[in-house]
Amino acid sequence: MPSTAAYLMLSGTLFAVGLVGVIVRRNMITVLMCIELMLNAVNINLIAFSYRLANLEGQVFTIFVICIAAGEAAVGLAIIIQLYRLRSTINVDEARTLHG
Amino acid sequence: MDGLTGNMPLLVFMVIGTLAVASSILVVAMRNPVHSALFLLLTFLCVAVLFVIKAAEFVAAVQVLVYAGGIMVLFLFVVMLINYRHLPEERVMSPVWLGGILVGVSIFVLFATLVRTGAYHDEAPTPVKTLTTVRESYITEHPSDPSKLVRRTRDRENRNAEAVAMALYTDYLVPFEVASLFLLVAMVGAIVIGKRELSAEEEEATPNFILERAEEEKDVKEIMSA
Repeated sequence: MPSTAAYLMLSGTLFAVGLVGVIVRRNMITVLMCIELMLNAVNINLIAFSYRLANLEGQVFTIFVICIAAGEAAVGLAIIIQLYRLRSTINVDEARTLHG
Repeated sequence: MDGLTGNMPLLVFMVIGTLAVASSILVVAMRNPVHSALFLLLTFLCVAVLFVIKAAEFVAAVQVLVYAGGIMVLFLFVVMLINYRHLPEERVMSPVWLGGILVGVSIFVLFATLVRTGAYHDEAPTPVKTLTTVRESYITEHPSDPSKLVRRTRDRENRNAEAVAMALYTDYLVPFEVASLFLLVAMVGAIVIGKRELSAEEEEATPNFILERAEEEKDVKEIMSA
């Protein structure tokens, strides 16, 4: 049985890869995919600790995280489509009306 | 995991974990967003397998249904709605890419240090019975008096979905309802944000008050884009 530490290392790797993607990529769709990757890395942590502590709450929380991720993806993709209609671009660097 | 003996789970973890990390790196590295989406799908499926190893069968099924089935289809639809080839050719990487990779490496080193110094290396000290077992009550005949019925409880093995459902519908009922409300709000918000402007034919068939509102929205958008 793989240890909890192995799961934590795997989840840390996935989280770091997703973070690099959010910072480095300019395509807004890919940035949203990387956010999903980070949320999934958190899910791995929750499941690993749920097993280690023999507690179901980790699995319940994972279901809530998946639910939040679904809502976030729907709203984010709608914003991307609307930005594409207004500006004909999906580059994060060109959406700076708010000077972000 | 009772059926798998010896180091089988560890072997599966090694192979699937390597595959998950490799495909997640390819999600970031691929230039075409369709390829990124397909590698993200592979990552999600690998993570679902990792959930099964840790006695979370129901969450693994939800992962496949919601992530691989729902969210990925949404991503692919949007990638196909946005005509990617007509966009001007531009650099994929942000100008701060070196800083981004530096941040990622330092976060990874931070996680690695935390995990290495923690006490998580041993095998799970507690039995996993509570994750997969549900206690159910049933009614049976009284052992001495056949005319009476008695209530007994027994443990049922391999009932992960049932155990999660029991937790979700008893202890976590309020968060569950709030989550359903959240999904409703997200759905309405996505429709309102994503709706398109009307064509000439549709304008004729639309009542006046909706058209006035659409005009107002168009004015706001012009001010925004100016």
